[in-house]
Parts: sequence; C-alpha cells; structure tokens
Amino acid sequence: MTPPAVLAAHGVSFSYGDETAVERVDLTVAAGEFVALVGPNGSGKSTLLRLLLGLLRPDAGTVEVLGAAPGDLRDRWRVGYVPQRRILDLDVPATVAEVVTSGRTARRGWWRFPGRADREAVDHALEAVALADLRRRPVGALSGGQQQRVLIARALVSEPAVLVLDEPIAGVDRESQRLFRDSLVHLVDHHDSAVLLVSHELGAVAADLDRVVVMKRRVLFDGPPDELASTGVHLGVHADDLPRWLEDLAP
Amino acid sequence: MIPLTTLAALPLPWPFEREYMQLALAAGLVIGICAPLIGVYLVQQRLSLMGDGIGHLAFAGVAAGLLLEIWPIWTAMLVAIVGALAIEWLRSRGRTTSDLALALWFYGGIAAGVVIASRAGDGGLAIVPYLFGSILTIDRSDVQVIVLLGLAIIGSLALFGRALFAIVVDEESARVAGIPVGAGNALLAVLTAVTVVAAMRVVGVLLIAALMVLPVATGRVVSRSFRGTMAVSAGIGAAAVVLGLAAARQWALAPGGSIVLVAAVVFGITSIVGGRRTAAPVSVIPADRPPGDEHDGHQHHHDHRHDH
Repeated sequence: MTPPAVLAAHGVSFSYGDETAVERVDLTVAAGEFVALVGPNGSGKSTLLRLLLGLLRPDAGTVEVLGAAPGDLRDRWRVGYVPQRRILDLDVPATVAEVVTSGRTARRGWWRFPGRADREAVDHALEAVALADLRRRPVGALSGGQQQRVLIARALVSEPAVLVLDEPIAGVDRESQRLFRDSLVHLVDHHDSAVLLVSHELGAVAADLDRVVVMKRRVLFDGPPDELASTGVHLGVHADDLPRWLEDLAP
Repeated sequence: MIPLTTLAALPLPWPFEREYMQLALAAGLVIGICAPLIGVYLVQQRLSLMGDGIGHLAFAGVAAGLLLEIWPIWTAMLVAIVGALAIEWLRSRGRTTSDLALALWFYGGIAAGVVIASRAGDGGLAIVPYLFGSILTIDRSDVQVIVLLGLAIIGSLALFGRALFAIVVDEESARVAGIPVGAGNALLAVLTAVTVVAAMRVVGVLLIAALMVLPVATGRVVSRSFRGTMAVSAGIGAAAVVLGLAAARQWALAPGGSIVLVAAVVFGITSIVGGRRTAAPVSVIPADRPPGDEHDGHQHHHDHRHDH
C-alpha cells in the first residue's frame, strides 16, 4: 500500500507581481520519505516551500499538509521547519536549551509551562545533534555549524511528522553535516517522518535520499538519485557541479 | 480619595521615610520592573522606539482627557492601545517600511496633544506632569492603578511569555508551528501601551522608552540566557528607581530624569566593562569547535558583528 502523502502540491503556481516563481508544480512527499528539492538560485524552491508550509497562498492549484489545507490543519506542530540560517537573527540573548525548548511551545500548548516530557524531548533533541554539552551556552556565541544544529534540534524537539528544511547545511562544517545527516536519517527510519530538504550541498545525504526533485519554476525531474545519476549528475561526488548543471537547463 | 495627611508612613529608612516618597517608590518599582520586562521583547523585535512612539500617542490621549474632564489615564489608555494596535497592524502588513511613516504617525500624536491641551484651559499647564513625570506628587489612587496595571502586565507575561519568546526568536517558524503570531504581536503592542500609560506619571511620556530599553541593553551584556536577561533588566530597572529617587531627594533633582540617568550610567559602565569580558568567549570558541569547523569562516564573521 502506498504510504499517505504528508505534503502535496497540485498544479501550484505563484507569481511575485509579473514574475512567475512557481508554475504548475505537482509534488508529493509520503510518510517515511526523504526527498531533496534542488534547483539553481531563483528557481522557486524557497517559494514552493513557503507555499507548502502555508506561509504563501498559491495563485492557482492547491496545497495539502498532512491531508488538510494549510489553513485548516490542526496540530500544526506536527510540521517542523528549519529556515535558512542566514535570514535568521540568532543574536537573541538566550541559551541553546531555551531556543530548543521554544520548539515545544506549540505542541505543549503555548500558555503552559514546560513539563518533564518537554525537558526529556529537549535532552533527546540536543543529544541527536551532539549539542548536549553546550546547552547552557548563549546561542549567539556558537559557530555557524553549531547554530544550524540548534535550529535542527528546535525542529526535531516537537517530533514532527514532516520536516521541511531550507538550505540547512549551507556553509556548515563537515562534522556538523555528518551529525545533520544522522539526525535526519534517524527521524525517517525510527519515526516514519517525511523530510523535504532544499539544498545545493547534497553530498552528505546523497546515499540516503529516496527521491530528488529538480525544479526551475517547474518540476524538471522527479525520481530516485540513481536515475538522476544516469544523466551525468552525481550528487555525492560532484555536489558543487549540480547548480552549474542546472543553470544550463532549459526552463 | 483618602487625604494623604491622614495616612501614616511606613517605618522605612531615608530617603523613603516620608509618605510621598513611599508612594513614589511603590509606583516607581512597578514601572522599574515592568518596563524592562516588556522591553526585552521589544528590543529583540527591533522595536526599541515603539514605547517612544506610543508615548507620543498617549500624550494626545492625556490632552483629550483634560479637555473632556475625564481622568487622563483612561483616555491615554484608550488612545495608546488603539494606536499600538494600528501600528502593529501596519507593521505586520509591511506598510510602515520607512522611519518616515512612523515619524509622521508619532509626531502627529504629540502635535495633536499640544493642540488639544491648548484648548483645555490653564494654557495646557496641566499636561506638563505627563510630559516629564511627577512621581513625587503621585497619590494613592494613582498607585493603585499602577499596581493593577503592573499585575496585569506580569500576569500576561507569565501566561503568554513563552509564546512571545518563540515569536521573537523566529516569527516564521512560530507561525508554521501554529503559534498565533498575529495575536502575540498584538498582545505585545497592547502590553507596551499599558506600560506606557502606567509609566506616564513616573518618568513622563518623553522618557518612558528609556526605561524599556536601557536596562535591557545592560541585561543583554551581562546575561547568557533570556530568563537571566529578564531578571537582570528588571533588577536594574528597580535599582534605577531606588537610586534615582534617592538622588532626586538628596539634591532636589527631577526624579524622572534622575531615574533614567541612573539606568543610562549603569548601561555605560556595563557596556565598557562587559564589552571587554564578552570579547573573550567569542575568541576562545575555536578551542571547543569540532574538527573541520575551520570551514565555517562566514559565521565566524557573523559572530564578531555582535562583539561589543
């Protein structure tokens, strides 16, 4: 039996004024699936993510998250989101543990005090990204890779059914990439969560992906990494070549 | 209202042995604690001047109260809350992208206040205590209102503070997770308006924002956690009230200005001393970085942006 789709876009289009960013895109991500979304800069990847998350409304087509329209979805905490670190201002005077704990706020009920289950979930998430020793460190004093792991832990801490990540490993060191890969694989394998990852740097996760979706306003390729590799693109070995290859794609 | 002369002062030491100083202390402590607690969120949202702007609007509300012969606290509260919600509504829709738009809004408020006050009789003199504060002439009913407003602010933060924290850390992720971001930001705007109105008689509308920002600026230098920043900021706000009132009593100074000056001096000293101290942890970060972190040059640069 086909696992249920946790994220789905049906004929979705979106424009910023006269500029079309996403054009008639069909995309589904099923429970337990690990999918990468790739494309050159300005190809509409982040816009598609924002449409799927309900942060933007499509001009045409429909979006479903966990079987419901984003605006109708209850228990929204089941959707985890890791935004681009470079657009996030992490100079907040807060510790690693405080930022990660904030990821439980919606699940717990935003008016409630954190309880034992919340503290255990925070411990677990911090261990998953190897930041348990730095839990009392101010988040602004961490390295870029460590800050990225804080954001991933904050998304993991609510134990999401679907995790959406926007360029999570851009400029991140190799050790952080390895820990990042391990935590995503753990989420997919042990919690049957779906992961949708936008990134130019897929080397760390290339062997674990179920599907790669290539887009440039429209979906140009949607299939397993092996099939993409047969066209001459090797995600793991020539990760840096991918964007250049994509720039040559006809729209 | 009970005449002040019939009340017995509490047995407190100098400079608070007199009744009027005790009332000033009670009102001042409420504001000294509450203003920075709200300010921690405003500063993180890059809304440090929000208190200043709402103060200008509240000024128009005070003038309207004097003209209509209604207790100015209530008219100021109405205008400040409506104005704060309008500012937040415009901000959330990206319609106040320029400082100019906010400046027009705020100075329109103070200009309206001046014009309305000039029609209120006595040449508008009754409005002066609200401009610069008049904490030493505060009476019991003022203190009661200020304490009630302070309890409302602290109660709201106890209930909604964790959601507001999630919002100020990352508004977009909070929205995705289902936290009511619009309602949270509206609540913060209303709490700012309530704090401004409560603080009018203490430091005046022109200096309210200082008590929302200066203790927080100090707290951010010396604290490692958000909770610690809130505690330190509130503590410094309270200390500034005690020391400012003492200085005002000793040297016959304007109490509102004295309180703010104490907060400013504390921030000045802390930023010089704390700046030296906080430089150290950033410089030793590579020592406990995992192997391979040397590739992370971009963020290293980002970290240094926050050096003091």
